[in-house]
Amino acid sequence: MSKKMHIKLNVNGKDEEFLAEPRELLIYTLRERLNITGPHIGCDTSHCGACTVTINGKSVKSCTMFAAQADGAEITTIEGIGGADELHPLQTAFKEHHGLQCGFCTPGMITRATKLLEENPDPTEEEIRFGMAGNICRCTGYQNIVKSIRAAAAEMNAAKEAAE
Amino acid sequence: MKDDVTSREERVENLKGMGCSRKRVEDARFTQGKGNYVDDVKLDGMLFGDFVRSPYAHARITSIDTAAALKVPGVLAVLTAADLEPLGLHWMPTLAGDKQMVLADGKVLFQGQEVAFVVAEDRYAAADGIEAVDVVYEELPVLVNPFEALNSDVVLREDLVAEDGSLPDGAHGPRKHHNHIFTWEAGDKAPTEEVIANADIVAEEEMYYHRTHPCPLETCGSVASMDKVNGKLTLWGTFQAPHAIRTIVSLISGLEEHNIRVISPDIGGGFGNKVGAYPGYVCSVVASIVTGKPVKWIEDRMDNLMTTAFARDYWMKGRISATKEGKITGLHCHVTADHGGFDACADPTKFPAGFMNICTGSYDIPTAFLEVDGVYTNKAPGGVSYRCSFRVTEAVYFIERMIEVLAIKLNMDAAELRRINFIRKDQFPYTAALGWEYDSGDYHTAWDKALKTVDYDGLRAEQAQRVEDFKAGKTRKLMGIGLSFFTEIVGAGPVKNCDILGLGMFDSCEIRIHPTGSAIARLGTISQGQGHATTFAQILASEIGLPADSITIEEGDTDTAPYGLGTYGSRSTPVAGAATAMAGRKIRAKAQMIAAYLLEVHDDDVTFDVDRFVVKGAPERFKTMKEIAFAAYNQAIPGLEPGLEAVSYYDPPNMTYPFGAYVCVMDIDVDTGVPEIRRFYALDDCGTRINPMIIEGQVHGGLTEALAVALGQEIAYDDMGNCKTGTLMDFFLPTAWEVPNYETDYTVTPSPHHPIGAKGVGESPHVGGVPCFSNAVQDAFRAFGNTHTNMPHDHWRIWKTANELGLHG
Amino acid sequence: MIPAVFEYYRPKDMAGVLSLLEEHGDDARVMAGGHSLIPLMKLRMADVPHLIDLQDVGGLSGIDIGSDSIRIGAMVTQSDIIDHAGLASAAPILREAALQIADPQVRYMGTVGGNVANGDPGNDMPGLMQCLNATFAVIGPDGERDIPAREFYEAAYMTAREDEEVLTAVTIPLPRGGYAYEKQKRKIGDYATAAAAVQIVRDGDTCASASIAMTNLSDTPIYSEEAGTALVGTSVDDAALKAAATAMLGDIDPTEDNRGPVAFKNHVAGVILRRAIERAWSRA
Repeated sequence: MSKKMHIKLNVNGKDEEFLAEPRELLIYTLRERLNITGPHIGCDTSHCGACTVTINGKSVKSCTMFAAQADGAEITTIEGIGGADELHPLQTAFKEHHGLQCGFCTPGMITRATKLLEENPDPTEEEIRFGMAGNICRCTGYQNIVKSIRAAAAEMNAAKEAAE
Repeated sequence: MKDDVTSREERVENLKGMGCSRKRVEDARFTQGKGNYVDDVKLDGMLFGDFVRSPYAHARITSIDTAAALKVPGVLAVLTAADLEPLGLHWMPTLAGDKQMVLADGKVLFQGQEVAFVVAEDRYAAADGIEAVDVVYEELPVLVNPFEALNSDVVLREDLVAEDGSLPDGAHGPRKHHNHIFTWEAGDKAPTEEVIANADIVAEEEMYYHRTHPCPLETCGSVASMDKVNGKLTLWGTFQAPHAIRTIVSLISGLEEHNIRVISPDIGGGFGNKVGAYPGYVCSVVASIVTGKPVKWIEDRMDNLMTTAFARDYWMKGRISATKEGKITGLHCHVTADHGGFDACADPTKFPAGFMNICTGSYDIPTAFLEVDGVYTNKAPGGVSYRCSFRVTEAVYFIERMIEVLAIKLNMDAAELRRINFIRKDQFPYTAALGWEYDSGDYHTAWDKALKTVDYDGLRAEQAQRVEDFKAGKTRKLMGIGLSFFTEIVGAGPVKNCDILGLGMFDSCEIRIHPTGSAIARLGTISQGQGHATTFAQILASEIGLPADSITIEEGDTDTAPYGLGTYGSRSTPVAGAATAMAGRKIRAKAQMIAAYLLEVHDDDVTFDVDRFVVKGAPERFKTMKEIAFAAYNQAIPGLEPGLEAVSYYDPPNMTYPFGAYVCVMDIDVDTGVPEIRRFYALDDCGTRINPMIIEGQVHGGLTEALAVALGQEIAYDDMGNCKTGTLMDFFLPTAWEVPNYETDYTVTPSPHHPIGAKGVGESPHVGGVPCFSNAVQDAFRAFGNTHTNMPHDHWRIWKTANELGLHG
Repeated sequence: MIPAVFEYYRPKDMAGVLSLLEEHGDDARVMAGGHSLIPLMKLRMADVPHLIDLQDVGGLSGIDIGSDSIRIGAMVTQSDIIDHAGLASAAPILREAALQIADPQVRYMGTVGGNVANGDPGNDMPGLMQCLNATFAVIGPDGERDIPAREFYEAAYMTAREDEEVLTAVTIPLPRGGYAYEKQKRKIGDYATAAAAVQIVRDGDTCASASIAMTNLSDTPIYSEEAGTALVGTSVDDAALKAAATAMLGDIDPTEDNRGPVAFKNHVAGVILRRAIERAWSRA
């Protein structure tokens, strides 16, 4: 066992401090230490994106980052995106357009999509397919995921326009 | 009577019953990250177990030294076969009547095989402990090819050879060689040989349906918690058949079944991977019994791809005979089935090659014979039905390729050849040459609709022009038109035919109506993304007249759910869906008596109407199901017990036979081997449609898995038995970028024997999709002399076809 | 998949990095985004007792576009490159190549420095940098030195960088002319079956200069000087394209893997190079 490190994170707006081995992967910090079990482990080698979270404004596969690397970072997981009291438009759209089946990829998928829409608020189908290509879904064949993201984008853009 | 202002249409709509695209009730938790998968289970004091795995495909184990591992901080125990032997748990029965080592007993038979189980305080200590276990192996000759295995002196399974060197019968009869598992036959050999010998035309082909893997996004895992105080074991796990797992655990552990509670929590995709019983499950149970603490075991992706449940790996040899006009007269199929080191195929007991004998497909073939030889090799065990009913993908691929090969031999259009050989609508119920009785179908209507929608003749004209352009040097892209017409056989199944380890394959539903008119229904199945909580409530809503939104569906907890055989082989709707409808009808029958009493008329004088019983001829006099539910509990009704509950165990009289017509249009870059899917049209007939939105989602998903298998997804080994495809870099799971948009369509031919006429759909698109994608690739090269090339059609294999046909100049 | 135990360091400056490297020698590795190294550590294929995270070291994240060269800090990510407007016009091949690397999440973490310094023949940036005739700046106990990209790669994971040195920046002469980065892969996230980086300068109807490098077709990236020479002075006609491909095929040495056997890779390399040249020429 190596020397434990003092790590501070802000996860979904909440400060967390703990001691951890340097080899503790961020996905395990979230899932096992902080009981934030929305992000999942699918492939272990940064291909599937089930573990996707947002770290300091970037979509990151948390299975391929040590908690130590994230020391001092702001992290958002699916749990911080929206809950029962106020759903994010993407969460609503995924249900509305059947953008999920087994649900295992969904937290990573939606988390990645929030970032995609932040960078490109009105993406084409091709841009969605390219921008979501770091997230694998085994159930849906993606067609309804694309549909869900487009619908959420339209919803968010309409809301923005209404607010302006 | 206050709600009578609502129109009948509105009342139907309020129910959200069968036929509507009800949004899924599961989605709230999944979209908010509140799913509860097995790796989310966290118990006080929970330990973590993981395997030392063999780096060799075939080796004798000289010694296992665990001393250093036991000194690793946090490591509590290291289990080996020697520790399990006194409990009789070092081997376990497989679903196929064979047995499998739980932990290596003196030797290993495939790379990645479980050798020792390290139990530690957390996954980090377990990983360090694994590194510290010292295993000495003596390498043995490796057999990765089943044909070589059948001719080799190397004995893979010494445990299956008697001391005098003779071969005792296996679970499926006599064995021809020490590496041979079984021979299974269906149909009539001599008449088939005779028909083929005397036929106008015979087409022959050999094809290899490569080994692949279901690879759900969630790997397999379990958490076992032995409560020594109460003598109760609770086992959470990725189980597609939780009740069967309970029985198996009871049989092999000696714990009484009532002391075992098996829970399948949310499952992150199954596709057949989670049907089997794996050493990890057993070891987590044993470790919990040994340590008295909960023990979790979760595979990583490499473990998953290398050890739990491959699919396919069938070497198929076919002969198909026809008249000069193209009427098929006979079919012969021989399969050499590579089962790996143990025969752990997940098939009903009497069907060691599953329903491969559906390989006459959608065609009226009078004479046929099928012979399957199962073989041991140094590869992982499994042989599961990857998004299909038992071996049906193999069967459909076989016949849909044979049809194409025959069309080439006849110099005939492959769509027309199918049309003239389809089983006609008036022939149903149709008994096929290999024994199955197809329940219903209208193939010609579906086929004509498909071909018309895609403008088949136009596509062929475009393709012919493309060939001309290619020959003239104007393009380097060829165009392929993939056709596929499939008939599935799902819904196993009648208990008289189908059991697994002696467990009859019925299914069940138990309904409890609450006094205020809501309900809970529990089933013996378990959803892995199919949306059972949504669709089964829809079936019930239509049957019992309470809104689907007021019905909770529960599955997967053996302490509460009725016994059932689980979810795979598209059996949930055909079997548990039927049980649900039947249990609903029992509820309705009692409700009718209550309504009649309340309305003071004879039982026969009321009739069910959407959500109520109405007095015949007096529509203003009725009792809603909600009112009836309240009365059932709160009003003394002479001759009737209080309460409103029902249970149904449904043993289906027959399988169901969904079918479909698929067309794929593909462009192929001859120089790089890169295919591009231009269009994919899928017409499915799954009988009565419960939720069109969910059906469409199933079709999209199944087609995408078909695309993967046809175009690159493969478990490959080198000559030393090393698995070359252990990570998602090399094992092909398509992303959104590689997948096209699909056009979906349907016809409706209800199953005549199913209570609601539904047939099941989850696997059809995979079964029909694989040959469709493959046929598109092969069709692109038909004009240049191609008859058949093996999948997966990855870039280099497509390039190789073009190269061998001389298309690279 | 759990990595073996290691010590983690996050020094604030390069001096700190260098002193750790000096102290631990072979046992230490520097890490940028970690997306090549961490999977290897998880698979226990890389043993790294001392891991030095560069994220807090200043001065490694700049993109400076000068009048005749571009300097890109080692910690600049693929996504930084994609999003940098100045770079998109000054050296558009960088963006074209970066978009073909891995997937969006990996591009947020994957850095130019990591991609070029790792020595993985599957990485795309090394070939690209050879095409662009980049120079890698490394710093070590004996100070800074520059290594031309075309002399950097020795074998798979073996480079001219010494163990105690750190790659700090890449400097590229301002590219001129038409460009293309053409990559064939099996799917998003895959390494190249074959990839070609081409930069061509046109003078009227003839090719004035051409630079060509290939990815994942040998145990190092391959800069094919002869392939470029074959185009110079021609109108980039069919004969010139064939000559360039023939020259390139003489330089590469692919091995069989799951992407296919050698004959296929050679063929595809030729096709991909031709397409890259044609596209670059059309943009020249």
